[in-house]
Amino acid sequence: MTQVEKETTLYLGPQHPGITGNMMIELKVTGDTVQRAKTHVGYLHRGFEKLMEERLWMQCFPIVCRICVPEPDPNEENLARAIEEIEGREVPERAQYIRVMVLELSRIASYFLWMGGQAGSMGLYTMPQWTVGDRDYILDLFEELTGGRVYHMYIWAGGVRRDLPDGFAGRVRRVLDYLEERLTDYDRLFFQNALFLKRSQGVGVIDKDKAMEWGVVGPPLRGCGIAHDVRKDEPYEVYDKLDFEIITHEGGDIYARAMVRRREIEQSISIIRQVLDKMPGGPVHNPGPNPLKWKLPAGEAYVRTESARGEFGYYVVSDGSLKPRRIHVRGPAYVHGVSLLEKMLVGANIADVSVIMNSLGTCPPEIER
Amino acid sequence: MKNIKGVFLPFSALKFLGKKPHTVRYPLEKKKTAERYRGFHYNDIEECIGCGTCATICQNEAIDMIKIDGIEPKKGDSGLRPRVDNGRCCWCGLCVEMCPTGSLSLTDQYLQTTPDPESFLLIPGVDHPEYGEHKSFVKDDEIRLLDLQRVPMRELDGAERVKSFAEVVLGYMQEEARREASRCVDCAICVTACPDHMHIPEYIAAIADADDELALKYIYDNNPLPELCGKVCTRQCETVCAISHLGDPIAIRWLKRYATEQFPDPAVILNPKIAEPNGKKVGIVGGGPAGLSAGFYLALRGFDVTVYEALPKAGGMTFAGIPKYRFPEDSLDKQISYMEKIGVKIKTNTRIGKDISFEELEKRHDALFLGVGFHVPYRLGIIGEDLKNSIQAVDFLREINLGNKVDVGDKVVVIGGGNVAIDAARVARRLGAEVTILYRRRVEDMPADWEEIEGAEHEGVKIVPQGIPLEIIGKDGKVAAIKYGMAEMVPDPKGGRPRPKLIEGDEHTMEVTSVIGAIGQEADYSFLPERIKEKLEIERGRIKVNEYKQTTIDYIFAGGDTVNRTMDAISAIADGVKAVEGIERFLLGDKNK
Ligand SMILES: Cc1cc2nc3c(=O)[nH]c(=O)nc-3n(C[C@H](O)[C@H](O)[C@H](O)COP(=O)(O)OP(=O)(O)OC[C@H]3O[C@@H](n4cnc5c(N)ncnc54)[C@H](O)[C@@H]3O)c2cc1C
Ligand code: SF4
Repeated sequence: MTQVEKETTLYLGPQHPGITGNMMIELKVTGDTVQRAKTHVGYLHRGFEKLMEERLWMQCFPIVCRICVPEPDPNEENLARAIEEIEGREVPERAQYIRVMVLELSRIASYFLWMGGQAGSMGLYTMPQWTVGDRDYILDLFEELTGGRVYHMYIWAGGVRRDLPDGFAGRVRRVLDYLEERLTDYDRLFFQNALFLKRSQGVGVIDKDKAMEWGVVGPPLRGCGIAHDVRKDEPYEVYDKLDFEIITHEGGDIYARAMVRRREIEQSISIIRQVLDKMPGGPVHNPGPNPLKWKLPAGEAYVRTESARGEFGYYVVSDGSLKPRRIHVRGPAYVHGVSLLEKMLVGANIADVSVIMNSLGTCPPEIER
Repeated sequence: MKNIKGVFLPFSALKFLGKKPHTVRYPLEKKKTAERYRGFHYNDIEECIGCGTCATICQNEAIDMIKIDGIEPKKGDSGLRPRVDNGRCCWCGLCVEMCPTGSLSLTDQYLQTTPDPESFLLIPGVDHPEYGEHKSFVKDDEIRLLDLQRVPMRELDGAERVKSFAEVVLGYMQEEARREASRCVDCAICVTACPDHMHIPEYIAAIADADDELALKYIYDNNPLPELCGKVCTRQCETVCAISHLGDPIAIRWLKRYATEQFPDPAVILNPKIAEPNGKKVGIVGGGPAGLSAGFYLALRGFDVTVYEALPKAGGMTFAGIPKYRFPEDSLDKQISYMEKIGVKIKTNTRIGKDISFEELEKRHDALFLGVGFHVPYRLGIIGEDLKNSIQAVDFLREINLGNKVDVGDKVVVIGGGNVAIDAARVARRLGAEVTILYRRRVEDMPADWEEIEGAEHEGVKIVPQGIPLEIIGKDGKVAAIKYGMAEMVPDPKGGRPRPKLIEGDEHTMEVTSVIGAIGQEADYSFLPERIKEKLEIERGRIKVNEYKQTTIDYIFAGGDTVNRTMDAISAIADGVKAVEGIERFLLGDKNK
């Protein structure tokens, strides 16, 4: 049986079904069991953090949204909020509500993309067809609100870039109603699917005791039964004025993470409805200085949001000049998609590699920035 | 099989086989984009002024400004237009948000398929003019990145002002100046409009940067009289300011004023390098802005300069004409003392043609500069003009500025609509008189600065527009009343501005104690010998010069009101600066040779 025990090297990627962007995993396998895994990133490094050191503050906004393709908005919100914190600039309340609406819409859109990818990695190809189609209704809303479908460049320092178009709230509600109804279909096709249950329950388990230590965040952490959500722990914008509870699920496996996300779609729908009910009138932008002469006072800020993949942080340093001294992005994908993934793949079946990778919300463009 | 339900449930999706798909289908229908869609650019070529702010803000360097056939540079328009590289653009629309005229927009057009990389370069508005019908992402009236509102200038209030000759404008405080300077987009459209092409964006940026010393250095590089310009300049720069298209122009004049006010002695900051004496002597006739500017830069370059001035003080009309509440004497003194410090010799109370002959002047100097201004007032040409208390504005203002008393009585009428008329009226107000301005055309036709007109009105000056003086009525040899007729505006057959035409029978009489004429001035060339006058080319009262301000007599240069029609201080300064180059070439030859 020496033939079977011989270790071979398998290169997986850099293209992956259901993952936005490219990265490669070098697997050492015996039979169909992974012995060791090494991630290779570097296909997508655009040097955004460094680029921004050569940009005016306002010019950073069209850059940061590109850090994460499926979910650009937390980047915009983080940068805006860090700047506002350093500057002490107030954001009109209406703009804060709009920001929450945008962040939650982007969470739903992001989860839909994940659903397609997660199912696709198991060979359930009807799902990606559905989820991509349904996500487009949210992109339609984004297009109407911001002028762009994927990259919105909508949240900026001092508020948001435009007020809601006439009748927009009604159209948001219609899309929410539709998506909510569709969830039953998704349950039948996917979340209750025997194949999905078989391949997700007890697979890709994260050790609850280690999760915090490893820096796991977001649905993977809440899927270990640990209640951690920045929206609650350190509320930003108007999250403290909205009614919702942190969603957790026990087990730490792929199934638990999926269920957290599944329920959070409903939670986001509920949050957006509350936002639309409570949103006050008034301005949506508190203007700052002329962008060409805008010197941010010297100072620094660390801000974080709860993105679809977990806690997303921005560390922004200003030396009082026209350009940032340093902007550092702390995204969850690096922890999940590199260090955690390498640990979790040990002992996994080759066929489960992509499934695990998807379940962690791995996003190469965000890993590399 | 334990989970039978989980096996069969997914088959419920089969029902969708019979449903209409919700995604785009073949044959392909082009999706209708949203109202704010950010697609390819469109530029309203006529509205665009080529300021290049779009190119400055674009973080992708997707825009460059290029010359386009058929669009010529003119005042307030660089003649350039943006070209967008669609291979670099990310359609963020920051260029649209920053466009000061609102000419740039993004359209709902987004399809371009071509094997030719060059075709990714689009000149919005020139290429695909039809995109103009497809504008979608446009500037918002409420949400702006540019600051369109000027920091207001503090002023004495109207009732307070007429009590004295105290300066009306109070100047910016440091914080106000920084804020105002920060509104600038550095486009430099103003530089071409300034007759002297001052380094405007540079000194504004320095003020915004809290570097007032640097600002002062930029200012003195080609204007030795910034105290003057900072207070009374006609600011042609501001009329073309990019920001003025949708908001208030940057207060360029007030920012210059701010910079000069920060330093009691410019010499300390500028510490100018004066060239070794080159042995050449230049005589300057007239100590107005033109003569002083020429003298200043000539002295810096090692020339031996003497300015001959007929009046007891240099400054020209800025000393003898402009009232003290606009340009205080200590500001003038500060400038003159700096001039003298760097070696300009100023001989006052010296009228050429009377105290010193022109021949003597020619003997003493290697080259001459004439900056004698326009000091002889036009007569009104009506009956009663020679009565006592019928006076001329420039004479009136000069006497007041020299510190002499002029008794105008308590009811004054000023005739004219220019800045000189307004100055005379506001000065007469300060002497305690009730003042009316009589002007031939409509208020909107007045050549005076609107701020000046407003200022006069605040101070209680009455304006009677479309009133033409007919006769000054006297009593005991003294002015007693003025008779004037009302006019209607009729179109000019030659296509010029509408002209006033007397309405038959609509005549009025106003009792007055003085009449002050302010309908213009001309030059006095009587100091020039005939042989010079014969050779000098003089056209409609103005001496003709070439680009270096050289007259038809090679050693004589000229500038200021005697040469140009704009009749303001900055044009005179620009002439002086330009003449320095000419004189240097004439006396020292082209240094590059
Ligand atoms: C009432 C008034 C208000 C004005 N307000 C403004 C304003 O707000 N802003 C602005 O930009 N411009 C203003 N101007 C115009 C401005 O003052 C002139 O355009 C400018 O001073 C012209 O400069 P200059 O050097 O050509 O001549 P001037 O300033 O006229 O100087 C000529 C000098 O030459 C002297 N001179 C003449 N003949 C002889 C001689 N034979 N020998 C020796 N000396 C001689 C005169 O005494 C005079 O001092 C105003 C003018 C007037 C009259
Ligand atoms: S839309 Fe953005 S990237 Fe494109 S030209 Fe304008 S500023 Fe540059």
